Amino acid sequence: MDLLRFATAGSVDDGKSTLIGRLLLDSKAIFEDQLEAVEATSKTKGYDYTDLALLTDGLRSEREQGITIDVAYRYFATPRRKFIIADTPGHVQYTRNMVTGASTADLGLVLVDARQGLTEQSRRHAVILSLLRVPHLVLAVNKMDLVGYDQEVFERIRAEFVTFTQRLNVPDLAVIPISALQGDNVVTRSENMTWYDGSSLMHHLENVHIASDRDLRDVRFPVQYVVRPKSDEYHDYRGYAGRVASGVMKPGDEVMVLPSGLTSRIAGIDLFEDEIAEAFPPMSVVVRLEDDLDVSRGDMICRVKNAPEPTQDLDAMICWMTREPLRPRQKLAIKHTTRSARAVVKDIQYRLDINSLHRDTEARELGLNEIGRVTLRTTQQLLVDPYEQNRTTGSFILIDEATGNTVGAGMIN
Amino acid sequence: MKSAADYRLSQLDELESESIHIFREVVAELERPVLMFSGGKDSIVMLRLAEKAFHPARLPFPLLQVDTGLDFPEVLATRDAWVDRLGVNLVVASVDQAIADGILVDDGRTSRNRMQIATLLEALESGGFTAAFGGGRRDEEKARAKERVYSHRDEFGQWDPKNQRPELWSLYNGRLHEGEHLRIFPLSNWTELDIWHYIARERIEIPSIYFSHRRRVFERDGMLLSEHPANPCREGEVVTERTVRFRTVGDLSLTGCVESTAATLDEIVEEVAVARVTERGATRGDDRFSEAAMEDRKKEGYF
Ligand SMILES: Nc1nc2c(ncn2[C@@H]2O[C@H](COP(=O)(O)OP(=O)(O)OP(=O)(O)O)[C@@H](O)[C@H]2O)c(=O)[nH]1
Ligand SMILES: [Mg+2]
Repeated sequence: MDLLRFATAGSVDDGKSTLIGRLLLDSKAIFEDQLEAVEATSKTKGYDYTDLALLTDGLRSEREQGITIDVAYRYFATPRRKFIIADTPGHVQYTRNMVTGASTADLGLVLVDARQGLTEQSRRHAVILSLLRVPHLVLAVNKMDLVGYDQEVFERIRAEFVTFTQRLNVPDLAVIPISALQGDNVVTRSENMTWYDGSSLMHHLENVHIASDRDLRDVRFPVQYVVRPKSDEYHDYRGYAGRVASGVMKPGDEVMVLPSGLTSRIAGIDLFEDEIAEAFPPMSVVVRLEDDLDVSRGDMICRVKNAPEPTQDLDAMICWMTREPLRPRQKLAIKHTTRSARAVVKDIQYRLDINSLHRDTEARELGLNEIGRVTLRTTQQLLVDPYEQNRTTGSFILIDEATGNTVGAGMIN
Repeated sequence: MKSAADYRLSQLDELESESIHIFREVVAELERPVLMFSGGKDSIVMLRLAEKAFHPARLPFPLLQVDTGLDFPEVLATRDAWVDRLGVNLVVASVDQAIADGILVDDGRTSRNRMQIATLLEALESGGFTAAFGGGRRDEEKARAKERVYSHRDEFGQWDPKNQRPELWSLYNGRLHEGEHLRIFPLSNWTELDIWHYIARERIEIPSIYFSHRRRVFERDGMLLSEHPANPCREGEVVTERTVRFRTVGDLSLTGCVESTAATLDEIVEEVAVARVTERGATRGDDRFSEAAMEDRKKEGYF
């Protein structure tokens, strides 16, 4: 059984949390005591029906306001797959939490309220999902029950979304008409929409092909930690612990360590007490080399003729996540793979208009929740690949040195 | 030639790899980590993952246990067996000691579990620990479902759920100011069933009270509690002997058991797979006081 991570997206009240509640309920991942609790709350609040969003909106303020504020992670499994869901907030104020939930997703599930059609927020989220290179996208046109299950409404929204995403990078898109509240096309095909001949959402989630999403060619192994037992039994043991970002590593492979550029061969790969024949993403292993090189945290092991680029100049798309705007000459801490350094903002090349996708080259700053293309200079060399090739070696976070908060997410061009 | 499909990890292996990555990241970046060890199944799985992360070296951090004075003897026995085998340093912070030292006041109404919070915060502070690994899982409870892997605590040990740091990819932010610390949850993405599958797969030693056994119990608030001098029966409560097991372990006066004949790991996996009530809903008195009981305790600094 494998694992699929997906994240919800879309405007406030489009029904994301309700849909997740529905998926959990119909896949029997909700326990009786949990259901009884939300039934009781719905009754006290005087609702006509059980508010399934209460199953994921777990914070007191979320329940009071009836909106999602931060990501909720929920889990369910079918005989085919285990799912990790990030139910994200639709409110623009909490976009950073949506980005958090979507950054690790294999699939993005954008909801749209059939009565409203695409909104600025649905576009913003589609743009973010495409920037984050979430490889699979589903547009769920929700609340079909409120538009009389009308095919025309569905087709119009579908066409509009397809046109919009043609200008984005969306490799795989499915569009499904649903009612999260009533359960139409969520787990089983709906009787109310016989005009729709695609699969139900659950069927799609169970079958979407994710095996080839990972890069098995370009070896990238950021060294996390050096294992030196300092015991008699393992006196000479020296291993480099890390998580394989991409590529397949085998004992005997000739490798290069960056930034030193020194080469060696893999002597062995350890996974706890076992020596294994090969390591691939996203395995956490310990790699031993034949030669005694000076390797430490922040270094990268790769193949000799296939290496990331060492650079101090970054050209990246930045998603800005704090009130104080990003401006030229600003200094920040940066974390990229297992390397930490400092960075200074050289230039804001443009700010992206979410609705028109227009590039505003006059922009002098990036405000909260804005996205733009930025040039940075770092104090140390980073070992980078373009984000479109590698989600691990192509991404970084920016940290405010005074507050310690994470304030920006970067994707290298 | 192998195909891409041959290079996929099972979900258990993927969870294991993610947890190991978290352990190594914390040890590489934070000065004084500690692992909060209760002796329950989650903290044992967490310890096992830590063992794997640093093998063949010893664990590079101590264990911290908050002794409520009402812990199950079987749990303490398993704890000691693990500590012996791994040769790690165990720090015990005792609620009774905190009361004796005047750090805590026992007003006779506050549950032991609640008094654990103050004892824990005091132990973290006096040990100078900057990162405390906890075995919390997001599937346990709706407030936990909201928590980051690196969960930031201010100088009062408080969690601010409305203001969590964004946490992108697997780039964790371990920045701290003086007096602040992080709670780290390496098991965030594991479910109760994953834990049991893993315990069965790895043949991990866990306390005997997780397996079905005969026990003298009485019913309170719909839970089955153990007969114990520290837990006197109230009027109308009758002690009977039944065949039970525990789904979670915590403070003896608050942790209930369930009737069960599951005596092997396979039988437990089977039982958990069809369970219709959450482990906390079934057996934890501390989560039942209000809808936001867990959120409130977490804000104050609970595990
Ligand atoms: N009739 C109908 N109502 C729906 C449907 N889906 C959701 N709703 C209602 O729409 C309202 C908002 O639903 P939520 O699930 O909280 O919306 P959300 O997208 O999670 O909102 P945020 O997380 O705050 O962005 C609730 O009152 C739901 O009951 C649907 O398919 N049909
Ligand atoms: Mg919501």
